Amino acid sequence: MTTLAQGSAQSGAPKTEESAAQIAARGRQASQRRQILIWVGRVLLAVVIIGGWQLCTNLKPDGKHPLVDPFFFGMPSQIWDSLVTLFTNTEDASFGSIWENIWVTGQEAILGFLLGTVAGIVLGLLLGSNRYLSSVVGPYIRIVNSIPRIILGSIFIVAFGLGTFPKVLLAAVLVFFVVFFNAFQGVREVDQNLVANVRVLGASPLQVAIHVTIPSAMTWIIASLHTAFGFAIIGALVAEVLGAQQGLGLIISQAQGKFDPDTVFACMIIIAVITLLAEYLIGLLEHSLLKWRPPNKSEAQSI
Amino acid sequence: MGVNHPDRSAAREGADGRARIDIAGLTKRYLTPKGETFTAIRDVTLAVEPGQFCSIVGPTGCGKSTTLAQVSGLERPSAGGVRVGANIVDGITDGVSYMFQADALFPWKSVLNNVMMGPILLGTPKKEATVLALDWLRRVGLAGFEDRYPHQLSGGMRKRVAMAAALINNPRILLMDEPFGALDVQTKAIMQNELLKLWEDLRPTVLFITHDLDEAVALSDRVVIMTTSPGTVKDVFDIDLPRPRGNVQQIRHESRFLELQEQIWESLKDEVTRAYARTAGAA
Repeated sequence: MTTLAQGSAQSGAPKTEESAAQIAARGRQASQRRQILIWVGRVLLAVVIIGGWQLCTNLKPDGKHPLVDPFFFGMPSQIWDSLVTLFTNTEDASFGSIWENIWVTGQEAILGFLLGTVAGIVLGLLLGSNRYLSSVVGPYIRIVNSIPRIILGSIFIVAFGLGTFPKVLLAAVLVFFVVFFNAFQGVREVDQNLVANVRVLGASPLQVAIHVTIPSAMTWIIASLHTAFGFAIIGALVAEVLGAQQGLGLIISQAQGKFDPDTVFACMIIIAVITLLAEYLIGLLEHSLLKWRPPNKSEAQSI
Repeated sequence: MGVNHPDRSAAREGADGRARIDIAGLTKRYLTPKGETFTAIRDVTLAVEPGQFCSIVGPTGCGKSTTLAQVSGLERPSAGGVRVGANIVDGITDGVSYMFQADALFPWKSVLNNVMMGPILLGTPKKEATVLALDWLRRVGLAGFEDRYPHQLSGGMRKRVAMAAALINNPRILLMDEPFGALDVQTKAIMQNELLKLWEDLRPTVLFITHDLDEAVALSDRVVIMTTSPGTVKDVFDIDLPRPRGNVQQIRHESRFLELQEQIWESLKDEVTRAYARTAGAA
């Protein structure tokens, strides 16, 4: 009985070992194949959309008029041309090189982002932890929040002129509310057991804030930063379109005046690249600040 | 024990009465958002001797947790009062630790930093606090897990961390609000044995809330039964099972244990049925 079992185990052992290695190899292959398929799909999608756009603006079914008029909707090849022109043609531009304009807009967005974030966090934490204060101020914040904030841009430009400051201010106002509401909610969601625990251990209100409230609200605040930077860019651009001496918003509004959709699209691409870059940096920040968090299930599945 | 807190333990032995809890005529009313008053506990009178392990058992919502909150000083009583040692509780009572059913651990702090919180909040230098915390992690059998985060531990291990964090300051009073309520049966038994072992070392006064009558009898010197809301003390039973109790699972089969358990259940049964009838009637 025992010898029989041993014999079969001995003959079976190398076989199962081999197949375990094979299973691992097959698993790796399968995941590689899936990665390749995903990238093929992505490239195909881009080719279909951009190629279709190019095709429709080129195709003339009746020999005269294109299916989609590039005069209004641009054309990918021309967008590329104007993108190249924006970066190479420095003498012609009346308001400096493209790099200068990117820097101006970027600076406005970043300053507005920082200002709005700091104000949002401070006020959110303050109102979130003080029930009386939040009951008193709450309705007013909701009133201000219901005002279409883009209109404030006009007021800021009238009040502070065409310089950088009104753009920073509009970006900050847009960012403020996103961050504020998240910080406020974050403070409200703090585990009351945790607060009770440190209070019993003898923590002062300041220590409760440092050890419990702020780290706990941080999850909410950081989640809001992703959307907040998008709003900062929007604020800076809209204020520039309303009136500016430099910046991507100015290039866009000038191109609009010259019926040049290609340059508008080219600027859109530049802005998308800036936003993606900022998103990546915020992602890094999030990763380092929230490394204690358990891995998100949906994140793991979406790889 | 004396190794960790020679100074503090000496001070405690000198003034043993400091760990006595006297609850007299304690009443707590809450204001509902609609402006009505709700009486959670009414006229609770109860004394816990220094170093005694006292359990409070009662139907759901009878104000057990409310009583604990008044003892800790997290809340102020509406009438009556709590005296810990010679002092009337007015603000946070010092030398108290709390343990909740949901483990109140900081998810963003490592296990070591979680346990260190107690001494750090008392102003202990970081180096000393680290040494103390490492020693406590060893005592609860978690040496080598210092750098993990709470979410990386099992439920039982998290309870051990919470226990170390609650005991590291060598509290004279330990308040436990259904600490093992959410654990599976096996883990619960292991944790009960661990708690008894640590308690026998340190001998803090314990107020222990539970729904589990077996748990109450197995661990305690005294079991208090509370009535349905508004909660008040119905009966007090002294448990004369010998100490040290040894294995909690084995003691359950002793005849004296069963006798006591039956007596207490007789008293508790009415309250539980009444509480149930009330919720069933309301629904």
